Amino acid sequence: MLNKYPMWKNLMVMIIIAVGAFYAIPNLFGEDHAVQVVATRGAEVTASTQSAVNDVLVSQGIAVKRSELENGQLLVRVNNGEDQLIAKEAIADALGDKFTVALNLAPATPEWLESMGGSPMKLGLDLRGGVHFLMEVDMGEAIRKMTEAKVADYRTDLRAEKIRYAGIRNGAKGIEIKFRDAETLANAERFLKSRSNDMVFTDRSTGSDYFLIANPSDVYLKQIKEEALQQNITTLRNRVNELGVAEPVVQRQGAERIIVELPGVQDTARAKEILSATASIEFHMVDQNADAQAAASGRVPAGSEVYQRREGGPVVLKKAVMLTGTHIQGAQPSYDEYSRPQVSINLDSKGGSIFSNVTKDNIGNPMATLFIEYKDTGDKNADGSVKMKKIEEVISVATIQARLGRNFVITGLGHAESQNLALLLRAGALIAPVYIVEERTIGPSLGQENIENGMQAMIWGMAVVLIFMLVYYRGFGLIANLALTANLVMVVGVMSMIPGAVLTLPGIAGMVLTVGMAVDGNVLIYERIREELRNGRSVQQAIHEGYGNAFSTIADANITTFMTALILFAVGTGAVKGFAVTLMIGIATSMFTAIVGTRSIVNAIWGGKRVKKLSI
Amino acid sequence: MFQILNIKGSVNFLRHAVPISILSAILVLGSLGSLATKGINWGLDFTGGTVVELEFSNPANLTAIRDGLTSEATDGAIVQNFGSSRDILIRLPVKEDIKSDLQVSHVMSAVTQLDSAVIQKRVEFVGPQVGKELAEQGGLAVLVALICILIYVSFRFEWRLAMGAVAALGHDVIITLGVFSLFQLEFDLTVLAGVLTVVGYSLNDTIVVFDRIRENFLKLRKGTPVEVVNTSITQTMSRTIITTGTTLVVVVALFLKGGTMIHGFATALLMGIFVGTFSSIYVASFLAIKLGINREHMMPVEIEKEGADQDTLMP
Repeated sequence: MLNKYPMWKNLMVMIIIAVGAFYAIPNLFGEDHAVQVVATRGAEVTASTQSAVNDVLVSQGIAVKRSELENGQLLVRVNNGEDQLIAKEAIADALGDKFTVALNLAPATPEWLESMGGSPMKLGLDLRGGVHFLMEVDMGEAIRKMTEAKVADYRTDLRAEKIRYAGIRNGAKGIEIKFRDAETLANAERFLKSRSNDMVFTDRSTGSDYFLIANPSDVYLKQIKEEALQQNITTLRNRVNELGVAEPVVQRQGAERIIVELPGVQDTARAKEILSATASIEFHMVDQNADAQAAASGRVPAGSEVYQRREGGPVVLKKAVMLTGTHIQGAQPSYDEYSRPQVSINLDSKGGSIFSNVTKDNIGNPMATLFIEYKDTGDKNADGSVKMKKIEEVISVATIQARLGRNFVITGLGHAESQNLALLLRAGALIAPVYIVEERTIGPSLGQENIENGMQAMIWGMAVVLIFMLVYYRGFGLIANLALTANLVMVVGVMSMIPGAVLTLPGIAGMVLTVGMAVDGNVLIYERIREELRNGRSVQQAIHEGYGNAFSTIADANITTFMTALILFAVGTGAVKGFAVTLMIGIATSMFTAIVGTRSIVNAIWGGKRVKKLSI
Repeated sequence: MFQILNIKGSVNFLRHAVPISILSAILVLGSLGSLATKGINWGLDFTGGTVVELEFSNPANLTAIRDGLTSEATDGAIVQNFGSSRDILIRLPVKEDIKSDLQVSHVMSAVTQLDSAVIQKRVEFVGPQVGKELAEQGGLAVLVALICILIYVSFRFEWRLAMGAVAALGHDVIITLGVFSLFQLEFDLTVLAGVLTVVGYSLNDTIVVFDRIRENFLKLRKGTPVEVVNTSITQTMSRTIITTGTTLVVVVALFLKGGTMIHGFATALLMGIFVGTFSSIYVASFLAIKLGINREHMMPVEIEKEGADQDTLMP
């Protein structure tokens, strides 16, 4: 019962606390005013951009603190907010519209610290202001698009296989394929099954009606939804980048929702417009056999559909989509020789080969560009979701003159529209419409206020606890206070180290609470030591028993609290998740500092020698 | 050394257990009654709707603001002070066919007529669907937490104690919710976080007492279960008072200094700390006794072994 820690254990305690403290340091430096430069329209931020920016700033007489070129973006730190505004204007003027220049706040962590992975805690939106959107992907639309494509596939496949069907349509129960007799149906079923195993076919024949119904399998349905979500996330990420926001967050939540957070943004209208705009284009062949006027009055040939031209008048297009907007890689607004606005489009290689094939077969035939846009009608469905209106317009019909490759132009748009369409196409079309189901905007002043309030609460709470512990437990109290302080530093350090951890207002509350609850470990131990002393144990025995017996209690108590924090993390969103994270980290670090940390000091002071009395 | 409590032997805490349990039962029933009749004043997070927080340059006239909100878009708005006389919170219900943007712009045009220097500090909109899901998820979370705890405590201790612990937690959660219902305090997501923290905190207390009960059953060879429990509660009493005290101090600091946005959270915790401390004795321990806890139940050998393990691990 010597109460001596081996050297390695003392070292371990010291190293762990030192590492925690080291990574907490970046939080002391505050933030620099900075200007961020991101390339948008096919441009690239390079060393020459950097030197150009530098020249601009020199000519404006603005001192540059630090200029960093990283991940294709340039971050220039200046001394104050005033310089920042001037610098932003000047840089934006000099670089032109191929770059987005945005105001930013960059952590003022010294370079040497940064190079060792040090960075301050990330602040949640409730602490620094900004916009938070929760968006929902319209999965019904994603599935409808898929089945529509299948209908077209089946039509061509069955025809190619010379299986005669009476009709195919996208019905309420799934894709309905009608046949004239049972034998053809069986043939078709066998054939289709062999072609696509992601669909489930059921024979729904009644009497003399021979029906085959195709529905996506559960696995396929899940895959469609997953892909729709993933693609929308990518697209939204691109669009957010177009906005030029520093440190945006775009992440999935659950199976159908996406969170978008734009720190520092106050202009929600512009942000929303860009984010939720779901314009897309599709290319269709014009059905030349159909009479547009007759079709408009209801006689539409199978496999075709009537659309309105933008300038008015109906036009009949084949339902089959030749190419969708998803293959579009780049789009720039420009002007033709008559200075009419147009959009030059370039496709990815897959899109290019599809397009070159279909245009090859259709030289001399008219092709239409269909513009599709989802607009929020302002109405709500019965379940509270937003009703979307689908607007489809044919913006141009042009005869294919030659085989088109990866680059071509779309004409027939207004000036502003061509600008907007180019922007949206460049950022990628959304595979299914998204709408905003939750929106939170926090002003920057409120964020600052929240931080100050949280800090005040922390200081007051902590001061009282520290004083009490010192008065009540004296020497041991001082040790507990050291542990408590180390604990707080470690929470900050760990929060700074974990990339996903975000400090929120409830997170600060969690830290404050940790201060109050973390002493519990030490109180349990100390009370136990006092008890053992009262029961006549020797000093060394009392220390040993105190720590030993209190351990399982502390562990049990903390594990259960940890479990509730974990559940909170699982169900919570945003700020509450932040609370759960700080609570979990606080529990882990407080167990370490309260048990192992204080023991190390206690052992060093009282262990291994004859002691008559403890300062407890 | 000075002691807050310096008790020789043990205090018969459980002597008052019956009347206090009756009081507990009344509180729980009263809370349930209030929940059934008055319900909970669900905040924006759960109901959906729009909230606008404004800061006026001068103390704001609530009546004037209410009178200004006459349009269809702002119909049913609730206007209240939020923290200070210059800070105003306006809550707008979800409207069938009116977008939240329109509601906000109507509010802004109305208030700028009263005060041109008004600052829009915060705007939040939550769709009704999201809110509903969240409420379901939140309720489920509390339930899952209770079940996990039941399993853990049964595994680590004994099922009678686990039942006691979970009953105490249920008791704390219901009374905390009851207070929110009775005073119609707004219940938002941070309050839910508070309630879950109450679960964690209250359990903390219960576990400390249980741990001692388990130890004492093994150590004290004689004594009825009631005596053992009384001794255990007595021995842990000064720890309970101190920890409750320090936690209370920081929660009070949060309540007073933390700002309006975490008021609800702090309120839930304040409630929970009081009720939680008290329930660890009079609900958890008492129920375990009523369920017939005795020495034989505490005899599992592995637990002693585990304690021995930890001694060498963390001396």
